[in-house]
Amino acid sequence: MSVLVYTENWDGKFKKLSLELVSYASSLAKMVGGSVTALSIGKVEQDELSALGAYGATNVLSVDDAPGGLDNQLYTSIITAAMEMTGSKVLVLAHNNTGKAIAPRLSVRLKAGLATGVTALPESVDPLVVPKKVFSGKAFAKVKILTDSAILTLAQNSFELTETGGSASIEAFDPGVDVAGVRTSIRDVQKQEGKLLLSDAEVVISGGRGMKSTDNWGPIEELAEVLGGATACSRPVSDEGWRPHEEHTGQTGKIIAPNLYMAFGISGAIQHLAGVSSSKCIVAVNTDKDAPIFEAADYGIVGDALKVLPELVTEIKAAKAQ
Amino acid sequence: MRILVCISNVPDTTTKVKFSNDNTAFDDSGVQWIINPWDELALTRTMELKEDASNPVSNVTVVTVGPAGAEPTLRKALAIGADDAIRVDAESGDAHFVAAQLASVVNDGEYDMIFCGIESSDYNGSAVGGMLSEMLDIPSVSAVSSLRIENGEAVITRDIDGGKEEVSVPTPFVGVVQKGIAKEPRIAAMRGIMMARKKPLQVVPAIEAEPLIHYQEYVMPEPKAPCKMIEADQVKELVNLLQNEAKVL
Ligand SMILES: Cc1cc2nc3c(=O)[nH]c(=O)nc-3n(C[C@H](O)[C@H](O)[C@H](O)COP(=O)(O)OP(=O)(O)OC[C@H]3O[C@@H](n4cnc5c(N)ncnc54)[C@H](O)[C@@H]3O)c2cc1C
Ligand SMILES: Nc1ncnc2c1ncn2[C@@H]1O[C@H](COP(=O)(O)O)[C@@H](O)[C@H]1O
Repeated sequence: MSVLVYTENWDGKFKKLSLELVSYASSLAKMVGGSVTALSIGKVEQDELSALGAYGATNVLSVDDAPGGLDNQLYTSIITAAMEMTGSKVLVLAHNNTGKAIAPRLSVRLKAGLATGVTALPESVDPLVVPKKVFSGKAFAKVKILTDSAILTLAQNSFELTETGGSASIEAFDPGVDVAGVRTSIRDVQKQEGKLLLSDAEVVISGGRGMKSTDNWGPIEELAEVLGGATACSRPVSDEGWRPHEEHTGQTGKIIAPNLYMAFGISGAIQHLAGVSSSKCIVAVNTDKDAPIFEAADYGIVGDALKVLPELVTEIKAAKAQ
Repeated sequence: MRILVCISNVPDTTTKVKFSNDNTAFDDSGVQWIINPWDELALTRTMELKEDASNPVSNVTVVTVGPAGAEPTLRKALAIGADDAIRVDAESGDAHFVAAQLASVVNDGEYDMIFCGIESSDYNGSAVGGMLSEMLDIPSVSAVSSLRIENGEAVITRDIDGGKEEVSVPTPFVGVVQKGIAKEPRIAAMRGIMMARKKPLQVVPAIEAEPLIHYQEYVMPEPKAPCKMIEADQVKELVNLLQNEAKVL
């Protein structure tokens, strides 16, 4: 039973996310007894494509003359064609904007049960049962797929990269779909150039209303820079306009799972935690010893963030210099 | 233009989650039900579009697939300003079942714009909107963070991974909305609540539809180890712990 994985590229490059997906698909293929084919859409160099082999893909299908923008219907047709051509029964995609947009359409098109935001390998393969987060991280559910074919979207940062050291053969793939039917037209694209994306960051430094004013963000930015991380904030902070909306994390904002999440002056409301509680390590600095953030944190300081932050920057710089 | 807003009836976001029957069902005793936050924002934006006379919006319908217990949530949506409501009488089931019910409602009603939220805050599916659009064979635009009407088309900002795009799409289509689509959700005023009582709420029977997945069991996350507290004047110690114990620096 072969597994197809859709590996998205950004301007011709794969990110860690794509490699996580291939790693996951490769472990899954071992469980179901099959091989992994990766599907790439858009212009990607051969070297980059064959690098997917190192994470367990044996075959890469490359559709390189795909249209610039993501049209959900068109992508659904391309991926369906690849599923059919490879005879795959399982499809793996990322639980990101792209995956959320096309996986449900594919579920209907392929009559394949869809589990979204999957957090680990299946606990059984016949029937296929996979764990996913529900209630915004307050619980997990075991989802049983009732159909022959399955589609899984994998939650970001939930699977370790595993290098298998293999190599992949690359095949140009013509899905034979008609672009004339595309009805969404793209007027303008604004990429977040040069900036580390919050969802890609391994370290996230975040501030809440306890930071008092937009003028106090200097040390947060500095700390993020020293650690090669990104900055984030609580919802009221972006509502106030102290920080841009893209930085708002939580149930209604971005859901992230970095290695390290540092929260300064954030109370830890349940809706905030819904976006950050999967972080591997959480550090909280808050003046209120009873703030709920300390229940979610691994390390805490009861104190004034405005005082602790500059000291932390100094100490971390010193530690890094050693 | 006729707009349909799909409303998922969900537990209040502060609900303490519990399960019953050997962890195979959500225990809804004592739960407060609300309009799913993204659906509430979609409805808010829809009302703004309708109130702006330059837009040709004639009617706003809200729909939910759920048992009679979901009706107060629909009434709330009517109080916010929807013109009429439909409840498909069924336990909500998996996303495929729900989407099939909604597709049947759309086929009966001729809607130009159909809005869903990016996810339900209970099962975090992110599935119904996309499935619905595929069943109807119409375009879908996902992660919509702003929307306006221009020459009978929708002009939409959507998030892509690593940026934003402006797209335009002719009707009919499904818009899957997220934060940004409206600033603050609208709260029903007293007058709206009074008027909502008289607005039509139609109950329709469910159609046959297959579920594709089954939620077999629920598990609570492992309890976390207690937070290690460090004195405010021991910042160096924190750095040491992050470096050598947690190994995250
Ligand atoms: C449906 C819904 C969805 C929501 N979605 C989100 C979401 O996605 N994300 C989100 O963040 N919120 C969300 N919220 C809002 C959430 O409930 C909280 O109101 C919000 O997270 C609080 O932000 P905060 O911690 O920055 O501010 P506050 O709650 O005001 O907390 C400020 C904290 O700073 C501390 N403090 C004050 N001064 C200092 C100092 N000098 N040094 C250190 N600490 C200090 C205080 O002790 C306090 O704990 C949502 C709410 C609802 C109802
Ligand atoms: N039972 C339901 N009735 C009506 N609309 C629903 C229902 N469930 C989900 N939806 C819609 O689909 C969106 C995504 O839900 P989900 O796929 O369950 O995460 C929600 O924001 C609603 O707009």
